[in-house]
Amino acid sequence: MGRSNLAFTVFVYACALLLTVVILAPVVWLFVMSISPAADLSAKPLHWWPQQADFSRYKLLLSTLENSAGAAFTAALRNSIVVAGMATLAALAVAIPAGWAVSRTPSVGWSLSMVIATYMLPPVALAVPLYMGLAHLGMLNSVFGLALVYLTILAPFTTWLMKSGFDTIPREIEAAAMMDGANLFQTLRRITLPLAMPVVATSALFAFLLAWDEFFYALLFTSDQRAKTLTVTIADLAGGRIADYGLIATAGVLAALPPVFIGLVMQRALISGLTSGGVKG
Amino acid sequence: MSGPFMTTRAWLLMLPLLAVMVAVIGWPLVSTVGLSFTDAKLVGTSGSFVGFDNYAKMLSSSNFQRTLYTTAWFAIVSVTAEMIIGVLAALLLNQEFHGRFVLRALMILPWALPTVVNATLWRLIYNPEYGALNAALTQIGVLDSYRSWLGEPATAMTALIVADTWKNFPLVTLIALAALQAVPRDIKAAALVDGAGPFARFRFVTLPFIVGPLMVALVLRTIEAFKVFDIIWVMTRGGPANSTRTLSILVYQEAFSFQRAGSGASLALIVTLLVSVLAASYAVLVRKTAGSAR
Repeated sequence: MGRSNLAFTVFVYACALLLTVVILAPVVWLFVMSISPAADLSAKPLHWWPQQADFSRYKLLLSTLENSAGAAFTAALRNSIVVAGMATLAALAVAIPAGWAVSRTPSVGWSLSMVIATYMLPPVALAVPLYMGLAHLGMLNSVFGLALVYLTILAPFTTWLMKSGFDTIPREIEAAAMMDGANLFQTLRRITLPLAMPVVATSALFAFLLAWDEFFYALLFTSDQRAKTLTVTIADLAGGRIADYGLIATAGVLAALPPVFIGLVMQRALISGLTSGGVKG
Repeated sequence: MSGPFMTTRAWLLMLPLLAVMVAVIGWPLVSTVGLSFTDAKLVGTSGSFVGFDNYAKMLSSSNFQRTLYTTAWFAIVSVTAEMIIGVLAALLLNQEFHGRFVLRALMILPWALPTVVNATLWRLIYNPEYGALNAALTQIGVLDSYRSWLGEPATAMTALIVADTWKNFPLVTLIALAALQAVPRDIKAAALVDGAGPFARFRFVTLPFIVGPLMVALVLRTIEAFKVFDIIWVMTRGGPANSTRTLSILVYQEAFSFQRAGSGASLALIVTLLVSVLAASYAVLVRKTAGSAR
């Protein structure tokens, strides 16, 4: 037994090492590219580690000098934050009352099922009319228009998360408050919502990540710095004729920081959200 | 409180959500159906009624058939790889070893990386002149000269599938791991005492507990893979020689690059129908496995 146990332990550690390398190598390489001098990245044989870390690209991208790469990047950063923020708030505003209603009144649950079934729709099935509609309203290339369109993704998802959250809060608590003379609005505001705050926070983070990640609609509906988001700007960089690959990598690192930070800090909440069936695309 | 009152109140509370859904999903979907029967252009003319012409044209075009095949290949291979690697990684993380909590935390990295950043990262890795893959393979002697991984039809799709699998298998791992940790220890111990080997233990003890959540992951990942756009657009734009062009890319080209809104709409609805059929047949499958696992 002892020998095979040892062999198994070695096997487990070898696999763990392999998995660590598989997960970390691409991410670490992205970071290394972002701090390597351009000459190192185009050297043959390739220099895998910079002799001197060069953080100048971070400074460049985060500067707001006019007509610099930084101006486009900071504009995109701002647009991404504004669009994702607005879409998240709007999604929660419709999701909280609807989620509560379905949780407490199962007879209307079929309507939520229908809303969730829209997840199957490929965005291309909605894109042409949405494009025409936004053009008609003068909301193409606008952060408001894009945030509105993002509700197609965020609203069903947050409603479903909120509904599952409200399901875990016993309705007896609400009944007791009503018994004491509180009306529905007071009960929800003073009793139910404070108890549901963790779920609201998780839903908000999920919604924000979904919007931050979105590319297809942003590609179609934005055209310049007034509304282009980070994903579109990075795709532009990657597809453009930029000689310095380190700059593309730096933009990637900066765009990845918020979701990676949220992912690592909120791990437990995210995993429970994932495993209850809701999955980010 | 009476039933009808509760129901009315529920509908009132759902009204904002339903209004939003009608505005951003219901109306566009109906318009797409309408458009699909016309020869409308994206800008300008609203087009005239052409019946099922668009559908007939799209379904019989060799472009569509080839693209359908490409999409199916991408979806089947990447989702299969994600499920297998994902479950194996979960089984590993379910073992006791030093640092497993750190490794488990790291699994969130690929998932958290924005899709476009992931695509950009792999595009840089596959770069024909300066890419890390070429450099690594040449330096260890596997490769004589640098190759254009995304530039050759023979390798582009495989390169894309690797990039997609790397990003998405950790999700399967996290779902499977959560399910694995719900397997009662005494059942595992009992199977061990009864002399069940590792494969028998996996098949008869572990698998029934994780098959439900895995089926959900399988369904969601397959739907996502069939709708795939972002990673392909950033890495290859469907090229080279259309070898990585999936259905969503084809619809994008038809409706937005060629501005043929009418035929683009019909194509989009064909894709929607395909995904729905897929999802429905999966739903039946999920119900069956859920029933038999109990």
